[in-house]
Amino acid sequence: MSDLIFYLMIGGMMLVTYLPRLLPAWLLQGRTIHPFLAAWLKYVPVAVLSALLLPSLLVMDGRFNLVWNNLYLWAALPAALVALKTHSMFATVLVGMAVVALARLLLA
Amino acid sequence: MEKQTYSGRIFTTALPVVLGYLPIGFAYGVLAANAGLTLMQTMAMSVFVFAGSSQLIAVGMISQGINPISIVLTTLIVNLRHLLMSAALSPHMKEWKKIEIAGFCFELTDETFAVHSLRFRKGETSPRIAIPINIICQIAWLIGSLLGVLAGGDITDVEPFALDYALPAMFIALLLLQIQNRKQVWVALLGGALSLGLWAAGITQWNVILATVAAATLGAVLETRVKEAPLKEVKS
Repeated sequence: MSDLIFYLMIGGMMLVTYLPRLLPAWLLQGRTIHPFLAAWLKYVPVAVLSALLLPSLLVMDGRFNLVWNNLYLWAALPAALVALKTHSMFATVLVGMAVVALARLLLA
Repeated sequence: MEKQTYSGRIFTTALPVVLGYLPIGFAYGVLAANAGLTLMQTMAMSVFVFAGSSQLIAVGMISQGINPISIVLTTLIVNLRHLLMSAALSPHMKEWKKIEIAGFCFELTDETFAVHSLRFRKGETSPRIAIPINIICQIAWLIGSLLGVLAGGDITDVEPFALDYALPAMFIALLLLQIQNRKQVWVALLGGALSLGLWAAGITQWNVILATVAAATLGAVLETRVKEAPLKEVKS
């Protein structure tokens, strides 16, 4: 890929990334939203985060991994516990990573 | 939460995302270098696109020699979910100037969205805090990318440090911190299950968006129905 083509591609990627991020907030700002839509928008965060999280835990290298040796899934338990107890994102990320690193060290 | 200074509040809010972005940005930088991108090209993508998953996908596609138009179209599909996030934050940005929205939304990612949706709901909607948080997050992404390019070929395996688990761990925290009532639990379960189910059915590009739309609809139906029949809520 030539440099010119590459940067044209970057420009295209920028547009198709930025517009979906910008337009709804830009156009809906200050509008009165129908109560059903307002309720719907309130549930988007929980819905989208769960829709992102579950595949990230259960899909490995393009395949389902539902078996007992799925380290990602096991490490999610202590991480979730820490999240519920401490309400700290920082502590959750640290504990999750530490558990995975430790398990790999011990199981290697 | 205890009182904090202006900059202290910004840094502590951004910290978990920074912690996640450094390793993921690093992984992106390594993969980009291995795919043959120059330092400038790699960094340009992190500056102008700033979208973790699509950058990783794009680098993978480049190394497979896939044409640029397909890469742009894939980026579009992967990032359409941000339409939903942008819309979800819009009711909280009533007082914002258009230029502030434009700046803020440029750095609206899955992670910054999750952080702000939590903050905004608590009434912390000042753009003077929200925008610097996003800027710090992108700077972390840039630093991660840069270190990744510089390490480049020396690194073949990021697994021993569990850097690959930073993102799932962050999603776990972000999801659990959002959940405050039973309706949200149902919405989360449906969203996750549908996303997986659709993925298993071969809908690997649209699963997140479709699952989000369906699960949020369930939430809205539950919410508006309960409002119309408040007595039922008392009984349960």
